[in-house]
Amino acid sequence: MTDQSPQPGEQSLPAGSSACESCPVHHKANLLKLGVDMQDWDYVVGLAGNPNVGKSTVFNALTGLKQHTGNWPGKTVTRAEGGFKYGDGRYKLVDLPGTYSLLATSLDEEIARDFILFGQPDVTVVVVDATLLERNLNLVLQVLEITDRVVVCLNLMDEAKRDGIVVDDRRLARDLGVPVVPTVARRHEGLDQLLQAISEIASGETKTRPHRIQNHPPQLKNAISTIVEQIEAIYPNLPNARWVALRLLDGDESIADSLRKGELGDLARGTEDETNRDLDLELEVV
Amino acid sequence: MNETKPNQPDDVIASAQALRWEVGDFHERVMEAIYADAAQIADRVVTRPGEKRRFDLDRTIDRVVTSRIWGFPVMILLFTLIFWLTITGANYPSKMIAEFLIGNIYPALLELAAMIGMPWWLSGLLIDGVYLATAWVVSVMLPPMAIFFPLFTLLEDFGYLPRVAFNLDNVFKKSGAHGKQSLSMMMGFGCNAAGMISTRVIDSPRERLIAMITNNFALCNGRWPTQILVATLFIGALAPLHLAGLVSAAAVVGIAVLGVLLTFLVSWGLSRSVLRGEVSTFSLELPPYRPPRIWQTIYTSLIDRTSYVLWRAIIFAAPAGAVIWLISNVTVNGTSIAEYMVTFLNPFGILLGLNGVILVAFIVAIPANEIVIPTILMLTVMMAGTGNVGEGAGVMFEPSAATTDAILRAGGWTLLTAVSLMLFSLIHNPCSTTIYTMYKESGSKKWTTVGALLPLIMGFIVTFFVAQIWRLVESLL
Repeated sequence: MTDQSPQPGEQSLPAGSSACESCPVHHKANLLKLGVDMQDWDYVVGLAGNPNVGKSTVFNALTGLKQHTGNWPGKTVTRAEGGFKYGDGRYKLVDLPGTYSLLATSLDEEIARDFILFGQPDVTVVVVDATLLERNLNLVLQVLEITDRVVVCLNLMDEAKRDGIVVDDRRLARDLGVPVVPTVARRHEGLDQLLQAISEIASGETKTRPHRIQNHPPQLKNAISTIVEQIEAIYPNLPNARWVALRLLDGDESIADSLRKGELGDLARGTEDETNRDLDLELEVV
Repeated sequence: MNETKPNQPDDVIASAQALRWEVGDFHERVMEAIYADAAQIADRVVTRPGEKRRFDLDRTIDRVVTSRIWGFPVMILLFTLIFWLTITGANYPSKMIAEFLIGNIYPALLELAAMIGMPWWLSGLLIDGVYLATAWVVSVMLPPMAIFFPLFTLLEDFGYLPRVAFNLDNVFKKSGAHGKQSLSMMMGFGCNAAGMISTRVIDSPRERLIAMITNNFALCNGRWPTQILVATLFIGALAPLHLAGLVSAAAVVGIAVLGVLLTFLVSWGLSRSVLRGEVSTFSLELPPYRPPRIWQTIYTSLIDRTSYVLWRAIIFAAPAGAVIWLISNVTVNGTSIAEYMVTFLNPFGILLGLNGVILVAFIVAIPANEIVIPTILMLTVMMAGTGNVGEGAGVMFEPSAATTDAILRAGGWTLLTAVSLMLFSLIHNPCSTTIYTMYKESGSKKWTTVGALLPLIMGFIVTFFVAQIWRLVESLL
């Protein structure tokens, strides 16, 4: 039991390449703590979104009957997880609680946030309601601060059309810096494109340039960059130092706690370990 | 200042704290920035038409269903409709299932047992006890649940339930509970065990406990049949024939409304004593109305809710059947245990306006409320020795309404007995399925005990006073 899932394409990587581009990035140990067993799966995909945007419809459409429900470990919040195959990859899909934000003011928000932050899913799909884009973007922007591996599923396009609302999905993709796929999940429209986008993010084929909040007042920007510098001095590899800085400045005790306990640091080190492990594997292959 | 390089997490946290105060209202500003960005992007990306027709329709519906004047009447009307559909719609399939399970399968099982030479006590325990009790629960519980849950889920899917929470929020808040408790209460009208699970929508543990403890006051499926039968036989009978149906229906609705009032009262009491605390606010979104997906809803609610609750009920009903058969057939000095229990509890029952038979039935029916009436009938026949009615000791049966009436009046029942039974059926300990679910959901033995005993004690108090006052008034007249 050295490694569960050697990735296709691993051998073709040039020797000495420091990171395996198509390797899963998820944090296996943390996922296990979050109740997600990755034994038979290559990638893990988190499904986020506001309530009432058809998130469960997307979930059901993607997983079909391959799903089961349970609870989040130690919590009484229901969790559904399922899986699907696409191309050569086996994807585990985890339905996160529907939330309006990720500020962890409620149990649901805390669960969704912890999953994206500590589980480091290979892809996070954010389902948004095309008829209420502005409000839904608040969540998308917050997710983008935590992870850059995001696909936006622009759902309920039929309702938007009925209301005469036109959403320019290409412009949206450019502004957000991540793939945007228009869908009507109820009628299974656009799901193929969604799967394609998911697989391209998971395999690292698509590089994203996630949107950063522009409208912070200057004072705030200075404070953020000061803290980011300090965090990066301790954990140079932390993928979302900016977001951690924002949370610390906001006085988020749970994030301060995980920084103290080193849980956040583990995420940074986790990336290193993964890299080393891949190198070892390559040596074995050679 | 900048020379000291922080290298400890604590240093970072400290300097973040310091900076935080410099910036001022940090949280607000960050949220404003996010909102501003979202607005900017949405503005560039979305083109809206001049007029929004569908939104107006939604708003028009909302104006009626959440209005100060019409909100409550519409709500009561809708739920009365659902209950009416459930009660009348369940009647026929219930009878069919009962005829099949008890009319066809039951004799066949008895024959089979006789054929393979099973000893009488074994066939009695397994067929008359376990099988009959389970068959009863299935035939009484399955049809209403199969009707109620899909209807309820359809309303949920349509987008009406958030409006109900919106309407009731104020009342619940005034009683110190969470607005979403209205949703778990609605679910409790179907099944209290399901109601327990639905309290998950409440985040604050304090308010969730209140919702759990008071959920029992929502009259559940297992108790509707008891209420309806007793109201029809004793209260409807007081009215002239053409009004009988209406009067008994009103009596049942009255009991249900009393349950809702008790929910408010007990929530209020708890939130001002042992479960004191702030009422947490929540932002309640009124989602757009959507045409419900009918088949999918029916499928998932049947699979998810109905089968789940039914399975638990069966697990608890089977052993109860065995117990009923045993206490009626195991004799000490020629008298069955059930008879001992009835005689022992009778004086206490009389104090509450009930009798020993009813109390024994409620004890035996802890696993599932729906077997209260069958157990009462069986025990009454056994105690009164009415002879040729019924099937024998420990065997449940379903006689016609006229026979039921005759049996109960022979057992010494009066109008007071009926009223006390209806009250006690509303206010007593929840069934063991619900208690078990509450324990699993709350994880607390202490609060589960409170949830089980508080209603029971309240039931004793209420029925005691009703009986005493009733008798006082009666003696004065």
